[in-house]
Amino acid sequence: MTTDAASRTIARSTPRPAASVAVPAGAPRERRPLTGRRWFVVVGGALLPIALLATWQLVSTTGLVPVSMLPSPAMVWQAAVDLAERGLLGQYVAISTQRVFLGFAFGAALGLLVGAIVGLSRLGDILLAPTLGALRAVPSLAWVPLLILWFKIGEESKIILIAIGAFFPVYTIVSAALRHVDRRLLEAGRAFGLRGVPLFATVQLPAVVPSVISALRLALAQAWLFLVAAELIASSMGLGFLLLDSGQNGRIDRIFLAIILLAVLGKLTDSIVGLFERWAIRRWA
Amino acid sequence: MSTIAPAAPAAVAARETAAPVAFRGLGRAFAAPDGGEREVLRGIDLEVAAGEIVAILGPSGCGKSTLLRIAGGLDRPTSGEVAIGEAPVAPYDVRCAVGFQEPRLLPWRSIERNVALGLPRGGDRREGREHVARLLELVGLADFAGHRPHEVSGGMAQRASLARALARNPEVLLLDEPFGALDALTRLKMQDLLLDVHRAEPTTVLLVTHDVDEALQLADRIVLLGTDGETPGAGIRQTVVVPGHRPRDRGSAELAELRGRLLDGLGIDRHGTARGIQATTTIPHYPY
Ligand SMILES: Nc1ncnc2c1ncn2[C@@H]1O[C@H](COP(=O)(O)OP(=O)(O)OP(=O)(O)O)[C@@H](O)[C@H]1O
Ligand SMILES: [Mg+2]
Repeated sequence: MTTDAASRTIARSTPRPAASVAVPAGAPRERRPLTGRRWFVVVGGALLPIALLATWQLVSTTGLVPVSMLPSPAMVWQAAVDLAERGLLGQYVAISTQRVFLGFAFGAALGLLVGAIVGLSRLGDILLAPTLGALRAVPSLAWVPLLILWFKIGEESKIILIAIGAFFPVYTIVSAALRHVDRRLLEAGRAFGLRGVPLFATVQLPAVVPSVISALRLALAQAWLFLVAAELIASSMGLGFLLLDSGQNGRIDRIFLAIILLAVLGKLTDSIVGLFERWAIRRWA
Repeated sequence: MSTIAPAAPAAVAARETAAPVAFRGLGRAFAAPDGGEREVLRGIDLEVAAGEIVAILGPSGCGKSTLLRIAGGLDRPTSGEVAIGEAPVAPYDVRCAVGFQEPRLLPWRSIERNVALGLPRGGDRREGREHVARLLELVGLADFAGHRPHEVSGGMAQRASLARALARNPEVLLLDEPFGALDALTRLKMQDLLLDVHRAEPTTVLLVTHDVDEALQLADRIVLLGTDGETPGAGIRQTVVVPGHRPRDRGSAELAELRGRLLDGLGIDRHGTARGIQATTTIPHYPY
């Protein structure tokens, strides 16, 4: 009886799902460490940019560096306002973002598809992997002259170049991740009657979700990289064009503006992938 | 401990719940690193009756898991054949459920959803959920249904894996050292649970174990695998019919005698016989 009661107490003190743990009123709440609190994460992440901005302001206004080399933040702001008033800023940002999104969407989707074929099927691997490996070995900028000849300086050539840039990281990472899914788990899945699509959804897909997300992140970064490359080489609008044009006209304030916009846009789009990551991990992993 | 008996699956409609298994001249050789072949199993002939519990004993690396994998269609023999009922074993045969030597739980699924993976395809959802809940209760994991595998102990993961195999309600249950990672008391409980489930649903069970006492307690027959020391590849060295009905008295003198013979067969020095000390016939203390 007493041992029974004792064992029941033990059983009760074993850990349970967090949801069923009630914190008694008045008991000291477990304090989250500083690095786990939301405000600290936000403030902590903003510290360095603010410090950089302050240093920039200081260096440029004290004349330490001539403004022809380093414009002040106010000058860059003025350049932004000026461009915005002429309706160019919004247009450049919009067209660049659109190119990145379209190229990224096509490239990543194709990368997922082909990566899945090569990673899941031995036949697909044999037939496709050598050719894709050879195409991947071509530095992507080598496609530019060909794309311009084929598609002229229109939207297609840029979007295709960006898609090429986004395709290869996704293809490479996804096919490798699928090939390396734990064989013992796959065997367990098969032993319990899973095959084909259900096996993929139960074992392979959840196993590769983290890799897929890293792949998408990398592909998005590549997409911005190739956007600038494409716009630098041949375009009449967009942030890459702004960079090239400003470089030729010596508008260093606009160069700074374009670089800052690229940083902010890149980070914003990456955060979108981050949101998707949170959702996907909750859904699958 | 024996009170858990009636809780075993009652919802399942009457159907063929057990099938005989026959190994005929079965052998398995693996490709060796030097390019040749290494024989692991050789000339296994074994008939397991429907509903029978057969324990497979043998030293580590002798091919017990390999034999079990072949029976479940996870591996193929290089010679001979294995059949369940009339039909030969198909790849990943649906008539079998496997409890692997390691738990092999999906790390991204809760314990409950891992056990649900064992349910037969196309069953009623609500019934399935109830069945899983009942099994979790039986293996003592009801409080951990929502936990992930990395949040439970090794022994708990192994019990979840056992529950997953039981969920299938198979014609042939293949268990590879299902109680290996459990403490002595939990191990006894799980052995009784297996017997209770077997009594309610008399399925055919092939059970790999390295524990002679466990084999004596659970099995109708014990098969001792091993090599004869000359030719490579393990065969059946001994087949022992365990006397009496389950549940057996863990301390009976008859079992003690059998235990000695099996330990001999495994090459284990018992009671100092190898040192010239007379073997006693007193009932030994079991290491429980
Ligand atoms: N896929 C494989 N490729 C090559 N050799 C293998 C393979 N699987 C098993 N073997 C070999 O077969 C032999 C038997 O392995 P098996 O896992 O069946 O042993 P076991 O009796 O279950 O041992 P334990 O009691 O340690 O689990 C081992 O020598 C092992 O190296
Ligand atoms: Mg083994």
